[in-house]
Amino acid sequence: MKPILTITKRELTGYFASPVAFVFIVIFLMLSGFFTFMVGGFFERGQASLESFFAWHPWLYLFLVPAVGMRMWSEERRLGTLELLLTMPVTPWQAILGKFFAAWLVVALALGLTFPIWLTVNYLGNPDNGIILAGYLGSFLMGGAYLSITAMTSAMTRNQVVAFIVSVVLSLFLILAGYPPVTNLLTAWASPLLVDAIAAFSVMTHFESIQKGVIDSRDILYFLSVIVFSLFTTGVIVRTHRAG
Amino acid sequence: MIQVRNLKKTFGPKVAVGGVTFKVEKGEVLGFLGPNGAGKSTTMRMITGFILPTAGEAIIGGFNIVEHPIEAKRLMGYLPENAPSYADMTVAGFLGFAAELRGLSGSAKKKAVDRAVEMCFLENVLHQSVETLSKGYRHRTCFAQSIIHDPEVLILDEPTDGLDPNQKHEVRTLIRKMGQSKAIIFSTHILEEVEAVCSRAIIIDRGVIVANGTPAELKARSPQAGAITLRLSGGEPAGGTKAVRSKIENLSAVEQVTVISDSPLTLRVFARKNNASSELAAALSDLASKERWQLTELHAEEGRLDEVFRNITLPDTKSAGKENQ
Repeated sequence: MKPILTITKRELTGYFASPVAFVFIVIFLMLSGFFTFMVGGFFERGQASLESFFAWHPWLYLFLVPAVGMRMWSEERRLGTLELLLTMPVTPWQAILGKFFAAWLVVALALGLTFPIWLTVNYLGNPDNGIILAGYLGSFLMGGAYLSITAMTSAMTRNQVVAFIVSVVLSLFLILAGYPPVTNLLTAWASPLLVDAIAAFSVMTHFESIQKGVIDSRDILYFLSVIVFSLFTTGVIVRTHRAG
Repeated sequence: MIQVRNLKKTFGPKVAVGGVTFKVEKGEVLGFLGPNGAGKSTTMRMITGFILPTAGEAIIGGFNIVEHPIEAKRLMGYLPENAPSYADMTVAGFLGFAAELRGLSGSAKKKAVDRAVEMCFLENVLHQSVETLSKGYRHRTCFAQSIIHDPEVLILDEPTDGLDPNQKHEVRTLIRKMGQSKAIIFSTHILEEVEAVCSRAIIIDRGVIVANGTPAELKARSPQAGAITLRLSGGEPAGGTKAVRSKIENLSAVEQVTVISDSPLTLRVFARKNNASSELAAALSDLASKERWQLTELHAEEGRLDEVFRNITLPDTKSAGKENQ
């Protein structure tokens, strides 16, 4: 447990010593404000809810989360510090988790800093704060899922740009599998069962159901299993590199 | 302390290390020599557990590096090739991180960092970020990381690479000092470093150990070892170079004489038997006093490590080239 914490701490100093964390947080806040108020029609809806705020998160995370996570392993490999880290008395799992938690904390911090919007709806009306809390939880888990995918692609290459692009593509697939325009297209020629099965793989499906305020264990399980699977694969990749 | 048995590593069809076996005890400094690409770094990476061996095993203080990696790594300090470090951290932050991963905290951590900083002369740059440092400082920062927990085993991959002569001297002194109480392996291709620091040296070529012994033993394998060099003073001796040479060649102990320079006349005399250089020297000085030559120099050659190194590693690389064609 202690080594995980030490690595998380180091990673966090890395994020905040470079502009990565600040740029991510500022851009995330600016874009989420822009989409919520300008595109999402927050005021025009006349509803005291954060639906127009959360609806954009899958798309915002699509580009911003891989930008945070892409350096996670590729930077270590490029600089050779991976050799240092893996010859310390730590297991690869401790390193994987330590790094993942640090990046997830950066995402969580950005998400937490959107609190003024929560204050705003509470000032303007009487929203269901339980639903908002569920929305934040869903968004946090979704960020973690994207991030774990980025961790995996980052372990594959020493080139951060490649890591970024591959994780955007993989995450995009997870969005589109359950994105209504795509599922509608699929229903035209595939059986509804198949379409549902494909949609079950999508972050959209699960994020939307959490966002409605229904915290279903299946949705939580979905996000957690994406994270576990991706981090497990990261471990396999790191081990493969060591085996040469 | 370090026991390496038949360690092998292949990358696809390429054999990087083909079965290496050696031992290093406490109080020993083992120099690891070899041409570039001979498998030095790969061997060290296997010993430190960064890459997994294809076959064989490395045992550190009783712990197999593959089966009990954490226990084995605890005993070890490692300076990887090119001395990597986290560029975005300060020197103090980086060393603190290393100390924490080594299980040190609180005052023990502070003590360990202070000690390493003092040993590696890093006081001036303690709060500077690593990326702003010169190569020498960066190198020493990574070196400091490897000794932060005062390990029993130290693996150093080219510890003096990229340092200026003063820093090289400091690092060598440090290694020699620590070598009295630790088991140290270090790789280098600077041969005088081996003579200055090591108690034993291994020469590795294309993944195989081709020589293993003390620097003196290795030097004795040089063709020059045991030969006597003598220099006669200024004035032309009676009969000139030729006469001197033939008089020496007539001695029973002499195998061969080569002329190094004519003026002042300098000759190298090879003994007929091995290890007979003291007899030969006595015979030569007798001859000189009989002939009234004025000797300004008479000494036995120790042999040169670079010659041994070339003799052992060069012919092999040539034949390897042919095999590939």
